[in-house]
Amino acid sequence: MSPSRDWSIEETAAHLRAGDVTAVSLAEEALARIAADDEQLGAWLHVDREHALTQAQAADDRLRAGDNITELTGVPLAIKDNFNVVGLPATAGSKILGDYVAPYESTATARLRRAGAVLVGKTNLDEFAMGSSGEYSGFRPTKNPWNLAYTPGGSSSGSAVAVAARHVPGALGTDTGGSIRLPASHCGVVGVKPSYGRVSRYGIFAFASSLDQVGPFARTVRDGALLLQHLAGHDERDATTVPLAVPNYLAACERGLDGLRIGMPREYFGPGIQPQVEEAVRRAIQVMKQNGAEVLDVSLPHTPYCVAAYYLIAPAECSSNLARYDGVRYGVRAAGDDLGAMYTATRRHGFGPEVTRRILLGAFALSAGYYDAYYLKALKARTLIRNDFLKVFNEVDVIAAPVAPEPAIRLGERLDDPLAMYLSDILTIGVNLAGICGLSTPCALSSEGLPIGLQLLGPAFGEEKMFAAAAGYEAMAGNEWPWPEVAR
Amino acid sequence: MSDKISRETVMHIAALARLRVDERELDTLTRRMGEILDYVARLEELDLDAVEPTSHAVDLQGALRKDVTGESMNAALALANAPDKAAPFFKVPKVIEGGGDA
Repeated sequence: MSPSRDWSIEETAAHLRAGDVTAVSLAEEALARIAADDEQLGAWLHVDREHALTQAQAADDRLRAGDNITELTGVPLAIKDNFNVVGLPATAGSKILGDYVAPYESTATARLRRAGAVLVGKTNLDEFAMGSSGEYSGFRPTKNPWNLAYTPGGSSSGSAVAVAARHVPGALGTDTGGSIRLPASHCGVVGVKPSYGRVSRYGIFAFASSLDQVGPFARTVRDGALLLQHLAGHDERDATTVPLAVPNYLAACERGLDGLRIGMPREYFGPGIQPQVEEAVRRAIQVMKQNGAEVLDVSLPHTPYCVAAYYLIAPAECSSNLARYDGVRYGVRAAGDDLGAMYTATRRHGFGPEVTRRILLGAFALSAGYYDAYYLKALKARTLIRNDFLKVFNEVDVIAAPVAPEPAIRLGERLDDPLAMYLSDILTIGVNLAGICGLSTPCALSSEGLPIGLQLLGPAFGEEKMFAAAAGYEAMAGNEWPWPEVAR
Repeated sequence: MSDKISRETVMHIAALARLRVDERELDTLTRRMGEILDYVARLEELDLDAVEPTSHAVDLQGALRKDVTGESMNAALALANAPDKAAPFFKVPKVIEGGGDA
């Protein structure tokens, strides 16, 4: 194996600039790694060799000419399959989009391409990004490279696995309730959920529009910061993006831990959290404290209501967003005698069980007679949840917590128990409801050899503090464990 | 079983959402939805009378862009993914009983 698979994005960029390797050779190596072990992992839905090599050739031309080179020029990346990348299939993990080819480009992928990144292909996900294990993909489940009997976490399952299995050094995902941070935690990589409004969602398949956010995966905090640097910023095609200047996130990574005030919310520790997860996170916080951070006890008292509010709001928005899949303008159509019958047959045939359940739940919560009892209550609870975070961020710079109550679960363990699956999101979804930023970075391996993540949260548009804490921790913790070897 | 949702309500909602639920799935689906609704009922514990709802976490004002003409997707590309078409139109099964074949 070439050493390139172990390189971070920054290391890859340095080798490309020095001329030690070419973008074409890196793309070839990534393609070979994917071919060698993706049958076992199921991380990818579409890999387009020609498409990848064309971009790589263009990157090499750019590197040779010294023309407009960025840290991403020639770097191979993976894109979750709910982004439109012109000319490539985009299914959102759903059979209903089985034959869809993107006719336009998402802003996020356009920005990566403009920087010279090589988009190798599209990665697997829970259907329409609804799921916490990767098992609700309409095509096949993704497996955890650390142990193939376990799930990788979802919904950005394939992107997390593509980075953990070292197919590529970075990837794009989306996070509506933890869909970047959860698989990052379970796969031992860095996953960043930026503040709501920080990155354009133009060109992604909408799931819950008041919660969806685009973010990167990488193997180092600095690489995560670097990718966000390229992704962030106002886009007139997404009216929710804010016209705020984008700070220098790599500079923020150099800040260090000294004097950083870190809050530990008591509701994120204790009962319901597996002891080895709690211990790992407490050890990580101790490392930050020993290196100059000030650690404070804080409270987010409405945490017990996050799952309830989220699983009314997200399904409600999903039922509305997914109304567009009707077999008329795109996607797979099923036969029906008249228009109504065609709609119903198409949706019945195209949507999997979890998506169906969420549409029903959302349509129920929004319907006459139930709106006030369910949806409106959830929106009000959201106010209280958001206020909890606003209050705590008056006292601290960053919040530290576990990402998930436990390490990755076994394949099939919760497949037929949606409520149990929803409860695994309890530590991540408050962030989406409040619109703040969060990331997961590896902090330990469990007794079964599965990764455990440390979650660090910052206030809305306060990514710098979050990156400072995460990079400071990463530098001081000295966590080193061998990456999983998948291909045998 | 939860009293929050009945089989009939599930069938009704499914029809509204243009989804079909088969008889053999109905019990499980109703039970699972009932469990979720029983869980979310914990929101009742909160005193929400004086609380304003939050539908978006970011307060944005005047997010509209300037009304200038730009390029849009051309008709051929817009039709490229259509399951059935008669350019420049999307083609669908009959909508009105007794209508012509067009």
